[in-house]
Amino acid sequence: MRQIRIIANRELTAYFATPMAFVFIAIFVALTGAFTFFIGRFFDRNQASLETFFQFLPWLYLLLVPAVAMRLWAEERKSGTIEQLLTLPLTTAQAVIGKFLAAWVFCGIALVSTFPMWLTVNLLGQPDNAVILIGYVGAFLMAGAFLSIGTCMSALTRNQIIAFIAGAVVCFLFTLSGLDMVLGVFRGWAPPALVDAIAAMSFLTRFEALSRGVIELRDLIFFFSLMAFWLFVTTLAVDAKKAG
Amino acid sequence: MGVFGGNAAGVASMSVMVEVDGLSKSFGDFRAVDGISLAVRKGEVLGFLGPNGAGKTTTMRMIAGYLSPTSGTARVCGADVVEDPIGVKRSIGYMPEGSPSYDDMTVAGFLEFIAAIRGVSGTVAQDRVAAVIERLALGDVLRRPIDVLSKGYKRRVGLAQALLHDPPVLILDEPTDGLDPNQKHQVRTLIAEMAAEKAIIISTHILEEVQAVCTRAVVIGQGRLLADGTAVELMKRLPEYNAVSIVLPTAAAQAAANVLRQLPNVAAVFETPLDENRTRLRLTPRNGAVLLEDINKAVRFNAIPATEVFRDGGNLDDAFRLITTGSAVQTHSAHAA
Repeated sequence: MRQIRIIANRELTAYFATPMAFVFIAIFVALTGAFTFFIGRFFDRNQASLETFFQFLPWLYLLLVPAVAMRLWAEERKSGTIEQLLTLPLTTAQAVIGKFLAAWVFCGIALVSTFPMWLTVNLLGQPDNAVILIGYVGAFLMAGAFLSIGTCMSALTRNQIIAFIAGAVVCFLFTLSGLDMVLGVFRGWAPPALVDAIAAMSFLTRFEALSRGVIELRDLIFFFSLMAFWLFVTTLAVDAKKAG
Repeated sequence: MGVFGGNAAGVASMSVMVEVDGLSKSFGDFRAVDGISLAVRKGEVLGFLGPNGAGKTTTMRMIAGYLSPTSGTARVCGADVVEDPIGVKRSIGYMPEGSPSYDDMTVAGFLEFIAAIRGVSGTVAQDRVAAVIERLALGDVLRRPIDVLSKGYKRRVGLAQALLHDPPVLILDEPTDGLDPNQKHQVRTLIAEMAAEKAIIISTHILEEVQAVCTRAVVIGQGRLLADGTAVELMKRLPEYNAVSIVLPTAAAQAAANVLRQLPNVAAVFETPLDENRTRLRLTPRNGAVLLEDINKAVRFNAIPATEVFRDGGNLDDAFRLITTGSAVQTHSAHAA
């Protein structure tokens, strides 16, 4: 636990060592605002809720979260610091989890930075703040799921751009799999169990429930087990390179 | 554990800090390291010598727990790197080739991070960090990010990181590579100062370094251990190890060569003109015999007008070439052939 905390601390400091972190958060906040207010027609809807904000979040994540994750391992590999890191007295799993937690906290900070949105709805009306809170929890969990995939892609390459693209593509598949458009392709021929399984893997379906304020244990289990799975694969990927 | 170990065998085995046992590593079909075994005791500075790509770095990486061996193992202070990698990593200070460190961190931040993860905390951590900062003269750059530092400073940060927890075993991959002569001297002095208390392994392809700091050297070529001994022992492998050269006027050279060739311990005489009036005769020994005294006597007895008589027994470069390629290109006698 101690080793994980030290690694996470270092990684988080590394995020903020350059102005990129602030640029990233600014872009994130600006884009969520733009999506919510203009594309989501927040004012025309005349509802005191953050539904539109949460609606666009997965699509924004697709672009931004793999960008947060891409440097985690690819950069270590490229600069050779991975050799320094892995000869320190800690396990690969501790390093993987520590780095992931730092990225997750960073995403949490970005999410918290969208608080003007919450202020706006509270000034204009009386939203159900419990629903909004659950929505944010869901948004945070989904960020973790996206990140765990991005971390794994980052561990597979020394090139951050490749890590970004691979991360975005895999996240895209996990997001899309809940859309009718995709499920329709399978519905014609695949057994219903498979269609359900594909739909069950979707971030979108899970997140939608949470963003409407419905908190269900199975959705929480889904996000946590997904993170555990991808982090496990990340550990294997980092160790595989050790084995040569 | 050493409390009851009073017998001689116990003491001897305890002083072995690093034990490498049949260590091998394959990358696909390529056998990078092929069954290397060696031991390093406390107080020893072992030099890994070898051409580039010989397997030095791969061997060090396996001992330090960065690469997993394909077969064989290494034990460091009693911990087995395959079974207890964390235990091994605790006992080692390791500086990877090129000493990569987190460029975005300041020197102080980086050292504090290493101290924390090495479990050095509180006032001990402050003392240790202060000690390595002083020892490696990093005081001026503490608050600077590592990526703006010169190569010499970066290397010192890499060394500081390896020394921070005062490990019993140090593994330094090319610690002086890319440094200027003054910096090289500093690093070698540092290694020599620490040698008595630790077991140290350094890799290098600079042979003078072996003579300067190493108590012993192993020569690695194509993944195999080709030789293991002190610098002198390695040089003794050269057929011309005890060779002697004399310098004399060219006019007398021919006659002198004919006389000296008759000496029972002289295998061959090589003539090299030095300038218009002087010639050097290099006499190689038969079966490694010690020649200097015989030659001195012969010079006096035959009144050979020699201006210089000196031992000219090849150098570590020649020994290195002999061991790694099987044939020493004899730089000294090249003209005579």
